[in-house]
Amino acid sequence: MRVNITVNGRPYEADDVWEGESLLYVLRERMGLPGSKNACEQGECGSCTVRLDGVPVCACLVAAGQAEGREVVTVEGLADHARQRSAKPAGAVCPGEPEAGHPGKPEVGGLVEPETGRPGEPDTARRAEPGTGRPVGPDVARPVEPGLGHPGEPETARPRRPGSSRPGQVVAPLAPVQQAFIDAGAVQCGFCTPGLLVAADELLERTPDPSDADIREALSGNLCRCTGYEKILDAVRLAAARTGKAV
Amino acid sequence: MAADRTASAPTALTQATGATRGTIGESTLRPDGTLKVTGEFAYSSDLWHEDMLWGFTLRSPYAHAAIRSIDTAGALALPGVYAVLTHDDLPAETHYGLEIHDQPVLAKDRVRYHGEPVAIVAADHPETARRAAARIAVEYEELPLVVDEATATAPGAPLLHPGRRDHHAAHVPHPNIVHRQPVLRGDVAAARARADVVVRRDYEVGMQDQAFLGPESGLAVPAEDGGVDLYIATQWLHVDRDQLAPVLGLPADKVRLTLSGVGGAFGAREDLSMQAHACLLALRTGKPVKIVYNRYESFFGHVHRHPARLTYEHGASRDGTLLYVQCRIVLDGGAYASSSPAVVGNAASLSIGPYVVENVDVEAIALYSNNPPCGAMRGFGAVQACFAYEAQMDAVAAELGLDPVEFRQRNAMSQGAAMPTGQLVDSPAPVAELLRRVKALPMPPERAWEAAGGPVDVRALPGGLSNTTHGESVVRGVGYAVGIKNVGFSEGFDDYSTARIRLEVIGGEPVALVHTAMAEVGQGGVTVHAQIARTELGVDRVTIHPADTRVGSAGSTSASRQTYMTGGAVKHTCEAAREEVLRRGRERFGASHPAWAEPARLRLADGKVVTDGGEVIGDLAGILGEEAIDLEREFRHRPTEPFDLRTGQGFGHVQYSFCAHRAVVEVDTELGLVKVVELAAAQDVGKAINPLSVVGQIQGGSTQGLGLAVMEEIVVSADGARVRNPSFTDYLIPTILDTPAMPVDVLELADDNAPYGLRGVGEAPTLSSTPAVVAAIRAATGLPLKRVPVRPEHLTGT
Repeated sequence: MRVNITVNGRPYEADDVWEGESLLYVLRERMGLPGSKNACEQGECGSCTVRLDGVPVCACLVAAGQAEGREVVTVEGLADHARQRSAKPAGAVCPGEPEAGHPGKPEVGGLVEPETGRPGEPDTARRAEPGTGRPVGPDVARPVEPGLGHPGEPETARPRRPGSSRPGQVVAPLAPVQQAFIDAGAVQCGFCTPGLLVAADELLERTPDPSDADIREALSGNLCRCTGYEKILDAVRLAAARTGKAV
Repeated sequence: MAADRTASAPTALTQATGATRGTIGESTLRPDGTLKVTGEFAYSSDLWHEDMLWGFTLRSPYAHAAIRSIDTAGALALPGVYAVLTHDDLPAETHYGLEIHDQPVLAKDRVRYHGEPVAIVAADHPETARRAAARIAVEYEELPLVVDEATATAPGAPLLHPGRRDHHAAHVPHPNIVHRQPVLRGDVAAARARADVVVRRDYEVGMQDQAFLGPESGLAVPAEDGGVDLYIATQWLHVDRDQLAPVLGLPADKVRLTLSGVGGAFGAREDLSMQAHACLLALRTGKPVKIVYNRYESFFGHVHRHPARLTYEHGASRDGTLLYVQCRIVLDGGAYASSSPAVVGNAASLSIGPYVVENVDVEAIALYSNNPPCGAMRGFGAVQACFAYEAQMDAVAAELGLDPVEFRQRNAMSQGAAMPTGQLVDSPAPVAELLRRVKALPMPPERAWEAAGGPVDVRALPGGLSNTTHGESVVRGVGYAVGIKNVGFSEGFDDYSTARIRLEVIGGEPVALVHTAMAEVGQGGVTVHAQIARTELGVDRVTIHPADTRVGSAGSTSASRQTYMTGGAVKHTCEAAREEVLRRGRERFGASHPAWAEPARLRLADGKVVTDGGEVIGDLAGILGEEAIDLEREFRHRPTEPFDLRTGQGFGHVQYSFCAHRAVVEVDTELGLVKVVELAAAQDVGKAINPLSVVGQIQGGSTQGLGLAVMEEIVVSADGARVRNPSFTDYLIPTILDTPAMPVDVLELADDNAPYGLRGVGEAPTLSSTPAVVAAIRAATGLPLKRVPVRPEHLTGT
């Protein structure tokens, strides 16, 4: 079957989807958006948490067909989502919102600076990096031409993220909760991180100044095996504090 | 074009500015942090290749059975299926293993545990592969089970591995015992006669799972030279390669491994899982093959923590001096050896804890059985022992009428003490001080659920939002524990790591490239390596090369060893690079300043050559010019020696680490529900290379110990040795609601033998947190609680 889903504000179309495929599979394997993670595929771990028409869901438990015609936000679109949200109230200033025409000002805290104008990395590093580009709509059964049927595929439409050692890269600003996870040390292996970020961002959207009990309740569906959650709590508190200060 | 779009590429990591560019001792932020929070970090399960196939594994439904026949015709007939392989299709070696090559790549005529791989399929869609596997007809004939020590050693017991020829076979008392390690010291019988108090109890530890979140996965790409490139999540690239090459029938240089993003490890990625299967299918079909386990399969796809039965007897004098410890530790290793021998060595040598005891009689064994194979998990043999010896310390203190912390402090080891193995502990061992620190912390407030003065906040109570109590029948308890863990590989293993450093000028600025094969599994080694390179070379920009087998082995990311070992290798190689810088500088500029003649007085800082007086005498970029320095060096810790097989004596461990916990719990005694309110830790880390990461390790390790205390266990059916709960629905790990506040107190007492004085951090917190939580539950309930995990029915007696 063919499935049409708006993901991170862009229309996507996937062909030859088997009826048993989950939204998670289609995002990861057909749309080139592997940010949502596949830790259990049983709806228990929350690592595949996405927003479906605004509501946090486990993408592994949503049949791809159920997402037909609906809007999905994944971790890949979280920064844009947060930016649009903070732009909504008239006169509101998004912390670190890039000035028009200036790519890559850090969003919060000034910790990540673009390396614009820097020359290339050592040759060895560049050779060792066969490219992290995701496939464009890979279809295992019937390969399609790259880009076909996938208008606005994010990988080509968006600048590279920092940290990938590419010369002259343009830095996209992060959502406050993303930056806070880095700054607070809430990321270790990082496999739970995308789902936690989507869930935490949704919490902060509902409850800009959450108590610890609120945070624990909102994130109780997201398993993390590395951190013991303390730094995740720190990160959500930090994101709330920074966002609150900015507004 | 296709190759360019292979999404299998780990990314070289260069840190940006500010807080991401620290030297050692700073809380430098992760270089991969941005990739991980944007979803762009490529984990092994995210890989994609043009024209790739999906692999799937058919596994045994029985724990012990003979295979009478395998018919793959139905699977091969399914459209979309490219290959179906069984044992008969293997091209070369048919077995592998970390220490003993006893594990079949695919079962031949016998399966020895529930979930053992029997056949593998490659197809063009993962569901097609699954359906094809279901069409493989396997005829089994069930065999009698070996499930514990009694059935393993009974007369006529079925032998798991008849005709054993491994290096432990000659000294074990029974062929179903993988390895046995006694430790004997002093005269236990004489000490027993002098003891005023004797406590003898049995304990049991359930089978814990590492439950990393990123499932076993990888992508094998056949290469034009007949070899294979494997992008993989593992803990040790080179030992994977060394097991794979013989199985594939290829020379080692044609089996190239590159580390992919690793979603946690905790010991579960030490053994091979899907590596050989993906490579075999890729070589057979000539196409890239990806295998990703789902969570159900993951529970069968890796080894677990050994479940254990332990018997301990402690004797003490009235004044509170421990006189002797006698113990027997029986670890169930399951169907294959994995790292059972090393786990036995650890359990035996660390069995009495961080205490001074003159008279010791220890025996530790690991069994072969038809239970799931067990091997490495964070804490590695020391966890099981710590649960038992710390319960004993509380019990003896209670018999003596002493405070449990004071009793521990009275018997605590310190620097210079002798282990039961005879090894002297020659670096700081602040056991009493760690206990003092956790005890001195303020207590969390009582009855937090009514703190606000308003309605009861059930979220602060046992049972939480289930609203099972508003404080009725809720009792608080406090418990303490301390543990000892070895760091690095022990018992004479040639433990080394390798680092390559390339120092060159790019755009007028000196840049260091750090290339190692260290598996970054989340612990933050990539952060630490850059900090070390900056510290040693005085450069600002450091790039971390992706880990692969084109550089020498880094050893395993386990045994709390990577900051010590590969951190040590990075330091060692940077020092060699610095010497070369100074040599070149002396050659070219030696006449310009007398300090060039005394390299010991010179250091590199901020891209300059600086004297010990702070005078700048050279410029790193100018000295390097167009000519890069590119060096690869190995680093070894001081050698250890095997434990004597009869007495357990020997300099077996390179370093020890210590952590203490205080747990505060609240228990709903009617329903048997436990809420851990606070879990405080104090740990000596020698030197915190990255304090933020150190605290993260301690909190993460503490939480895994909490999980073992109150919820985590793989349940194996008594009648069929089958795993009953292979899912996150039924195997519970702590959520953010189960996990309390965890204050951490970090000591930094340098170990002069180690790089920067550091002490491995990762495992020690996993040891003492379990017994501390259980001690707190005992204190709240008055129950003896000799088994973990503690379940509600253990508290209610129902």
